[in-house]
Amino acid sequence: MNLSVNFAGIEMKNPVTTASGTFGSGAEYKDYVDLNKLGAVTTKGVSSVPWQGNPVPRICETYGGMLNAIGLQNPGIDLFIERDLPFLKQYDTRIIVNVCGRTVEEYEEVAERLADTDADMLEINISCPNVKAGGIAFGQDPELARQVTDRIKQHAKQPVIMKLSPNVTNIAEMAKAVEAGGADAISLINTLTGMKIDINKRTFALANKTGGLSGPAIKPVAVRMVYEAAHAVKIPVLGMGGIRDAEDALEFIMAGATMVAAGTANFNNPAATEEIIDGIAAFMEKNGVKDIKELTGCVD
Amino acid sequence: MADRKKCAAQVTSQVKLAEGIYSMWLKFPEDMDAAGMAVPGQFISMYSADGSRLLPRPISICEINASGRILRVVYRIAGKGTEEFSHLSAGNTINVTGPLGNGFTLKEGKKALLAGGGIGIPPMLGLAEALKGDVMAVLGYRDQNLFLEDEFAPYAKTYVATEDGSAGVKGNIIDAINYYRLEPDIIYACGPLPMLRAVKALAEERGIEAQVSLEEKMACGIGACLGCVCNSKEKDSHSNVNNKRICKDGPVFDAREIIF
Repeated sequence: MNLSVNFAGIEMKNPVTTASGTFGSGAEYKDYVDLNKLGAVTTKGVSSVPWQGNPVPRICETYGGMLNAIGLQNPGIDLFIERDLPFLKQYDTRIIVNVCGRTVEEYEEVAERLADTDADMLEINISCPNVKAGGIAFGQDPELARQVTDRIKQHAKQPVIMKLSPNVTNIAEMAKAVEAGGADAISLINTLTGMKIDINKRTFALANKTGGLSGPAIKPVAVRMVYEAAHAVKIPVLGMGGIRDAEDALEFIMAGATMVAAGTANFNNPAATEEIIDGIAAFMEKNGVKDIKELTGCVD
Repeated sequence: MADRKKCAAQVTSQVKLAEGIYSMWLKFPEDMDAAGMAVPGQFISMYSADGSRLLPRPISICEINASGRILRVVYRIAGKGTEEFSHLSAGNTINVTGPLGNGFTLKEGKKALLAGGGIGIPPMLGLAEALKGDVMAVLGYRDQNLFLEDEFAPYAKTYVATEDGSAGVKGNIIDAINYYRLEPDIIYACGPLPMLRAVKALAEERGIEAQVSLEEKMACGIGACLGCVCNSKEKDSHSNVNNKRICKDGPVFDAREIIF
């Protein structure tokens, strides 16, 4: 049985990774998950300098999901390269580094700093709903998204995945725009912008007022968008949004995703990614599927 | 390698201590000796059996019985998740991870004052048991709906304060400390933010050490998501931005380290 995939030129032992921001750089999960089993670890967004993030509360639970407004707190690229990349390099897994920035120059700088490191791929976050500048601003305008992709591609040595926002009218148009900008792959969906009111305190549940909705509640939206995006472009798709188990992951794969990521599921079950990989293998075994690629985009 | 995991703990007993306050003992499976690893001040993540409630509830450990492989949690019903837990009875199982975070640093030979406010009282009981020597416990409640205060007796001289004056000293923890002229060498505290702020101020005024246990909404509970940070005097080890993680770097901190 073959679970391996080639994702924009990078060989992965299986199609499962972590969704950025839910897994740190893996260190906090190492006692709960055998990182060697994962196709790749996707790290939390890293910027050119350390970011403080938003005030607390940054988290609240919603029915079948959660809202977060962390605000991309991160140690900055220097400490990331010095500490987090060597940590991940100890494991037999691919490293996808998520990159965030407030300006195009900041994305370029981080991409350049990562050029001669052990990072296997870059995932560019142009879709975070929780930061004022940059982030989602680039991810909601096709022309801006194309330009950012083009600029980053001129500085990046590794294949570039553009991470798309679901907070758009036409996801296929966004996918085509970043493909035109030279993206090697796309990932989607990032979180949906949401809000929760604490009725007892008569205030917002999150200090940031709005946050990004994730978890099983968003899965049908994510599957639909992955399907639409995958059919709009030739570059491969990394699908995510509410994946909890192998059955969820297989939906994304059949909708057209070459790879899948589990995010919020890690909070409910720290070993979720490993169990998803085992579950996909069990499904293939049971259904006589010899190669995972037989399933990729099989629903048309 | 993966040597920690979410596991099914068995409820060995559960009783209601007061309105909305429950006490539960949990027995851990053979391959996950949570009780053997735990120290006072740590917490466990408790998971709902209802798939619509994804996030674990961080609940402080009240008592530890390492030889019996059991842990006690005393918690307040704060929403649907904790309400679900309150319906469990002996023989039921619940998924948990832990112990998590850093507990109190026990300073032997010092006159210790344990300050617990409301649902911050339970971790103080396990601490009182672990500390040797001169131990005082000052427990703050809203009203005469008291819980656990009788269980401190074997380990600590206990003082009670209530906001409405219906039991003990009228007022808060600080009022009780002043009323009884308590003069500790160190304060260990867990409770609502205004109380911890007051404990920090008192400790600074008296020039003594204070260890405070904080709480915040959490998602991962293990230091990865950065959901539960607090402002710290020193740069944090994760992001280098003065945001310590309550779940991983805490929940217990030296009060001097925290900016409230």
